[in-house]
Amino acid sequence: MAITLSASDIPNAPLSSRLSTPQVWGIVLLAPYILVFLAFVVYPVGYGLWLARHPASYVALYHDPIFARAAVNTLIFLVVGINIKMLIALFLSGFFAHQRTWIKWLSVLFILPWAVPSIPTILSVRFMLNPEWGMVNQIIFRLTAEDGPNWLNDPAVALAMAIGVHIWKSLPFWTLILLTGRLAISHDMYEAADVDGASWWQKFRYITWPSMKTLYVTCTLLSMIWTLGDFNSVYLLTGGGPADLTHVLSTLGIRYLRLDQLSLAMASIVCAMPLVLPLVYFMMKRLSR
Amino acid sequence: MKLPTLREVGNETKLLLIGIPVFIWTMIPIYHMFLFAISPKQDAFAGKLWPDHPTLHNFKIVFYQQHYFLRDFWIQFWNSTVIALAAGALTLIVATAAAFAISRLRVPGGRWVMNLALLTYFIPAAFLAVPMYRTMGNYGLLNNHWSLILAMVTIASPYAIWVLKQASDKLPVELDEAATMDGATTLQLFRLVYVPLMMPSLVAIGTYAILLAWNEYLYAFLLLSKDTDITLPVALGNFLAADDSPWELLMTTGFIYALPPAAIYYAFRRYMVGGLTAGAVKS
Repeated sequence: MAITLSASDIPNAPLSSRLSTPQVWGIVLLAPYILVFLAFVVYPVGYGLWLARHPASYVALYHDPIFARAAVNTLIFLVVGINIKMLIALFLSGFFAHQRTWIKWLSVLFILPWAVPSIPTILSVRFMLNPEWGMVNQIIFRLTAEDGPNWLNDPAVALAMAIGVHIWKSLPFWTLILLTGRLAISHDMYEAADVDGASWWQKFRYITWPSMKTLYVTCTLLSMIWTLGDFNSVYLLTGGGPADLTHVLSTLGIRYLRLDQLSLAMASIVCAMPLVLPLVYFMMKRLSR
Repeated sequence: MKLPTLREVGNETKLLLIGIPVFIWTMIPIYHMFLFAISPKQDAFAGKLWPDHPTLHNFKIVFYQQHYFLRDFWIQFWNSTVIALAAGALTLIVATAAAFAISRLRVPGGRWVMNLALLTYFIPAAFLAVPMYRTMGNYGLLNNHWSLILAMVTIASPYAIWVLKQASDKLPVELDEAATMDGATTLQLFRLVYVPLMMPSLVAIGTYAILLAWNEYLYAFLLLSKDTDITLPVALGNFLAADDSPWELLMTTGFIYALPPAAIYYAFRRYMVGGLTAGAVKS
């Protein structure tokens, strides 16, 4: 220790003698990630920003009705989708906290949507909603002798279905996280509340919620970031259709890329940043303590 | 034996009234996929809840590659496997080295690197896809498996480093000091003390990276395009190109594709649930 200190006091000492061996090794071991970071994060981001530098791109975006529609769709996806998902997750975490053998087994199955890849399951839903051959409309026809709706051909319904697929896929994950939070609450408090004759709502309001509030808010914010990047739920179910009316910001870049409008693709991603960066900043503050 | 009271019966009913819809909601898309996989085409398209003649014929068509869309099935399966394993291994190497340097060796600027990595983790990968596509083009890596492997390492390593750093911060410093006193070099410390103690986290992170790469669709379909280069999810997406897609074969292939990650997930569930989810949202 003393040797390191005295070496670093000499201003003109060569770099190798100012650093101790572990520190040299530290730099060597950190190097692979720094290389990956420079080559595949810094360079693409810089290059992307450079491609998005023309003000004309933003004017074009502003005049593209699909962009405005995608921005609105994204907001609906976030506000409606996430709140419904997190509330159900909060509710179900209470359900899965019950000690029953069958609930234990159900929780094993319940995680399946999260454990299997999203492509085949989303495509499965897509065919279920097929107006002619899909399971849903055939059942509707058998029960009512009337044709069911053309699910994915109405932009509002199609977007709702995409939100549904998103909830189906990520609900188990958040339920599980909230469940761990719930199980960490001391059981004594509930027993004391039972003695005092507290109602179900009072127990939730005064015991469960106060100890889960922070976790719930963190989960909601993290879920917002991940949902902003949810490409599969929309792209594989609706492909952005009908008539490009169900795009969200994460699928829009691919749409412009397909149309060979690279600078628009990048500009649309830059436009999403005011939504992403505050969330990222908040999560960073939470996690990097 | 005590008879259940009315109140207990009511409670159980309430639980069942929640449990049954949860079960149905969870299983429908998966059951639908399974149903198509074991149904002949007519039964599948007739909207039957169980086929009249369940068959494994669809699996035979897939395994023997007897359809236009499936003529490269095995090579695509191989591509998926190689890319997932390579991405898993590389992520482990990069992330373990970085976490060791940051957490144990306290390398100057380590905290800074950690924060930059976290920042990357929170930028949704879908937003980085288009620039990454152009970057790989500039590097001349498009249609090369390395492009997807490196992209997956880039996406997986920030979280990997963070989880591994959290885990290694919990190892007592005295351990390193004792080993150094005994004359262990830094590399010996890494190999003989650090890696063995970190094994559970390493298993979890390796599994995480492998599943991430195996499941990836967006990057795979941007970066790879030749039929013999693409991975299985891209091949599944390509089924949709035709108007009269053979959905029963698509669902069969999808079912086969979904099995390995599901099996891995359940095999390592102990690690996945304990190691990853708890770390994911520290409140």
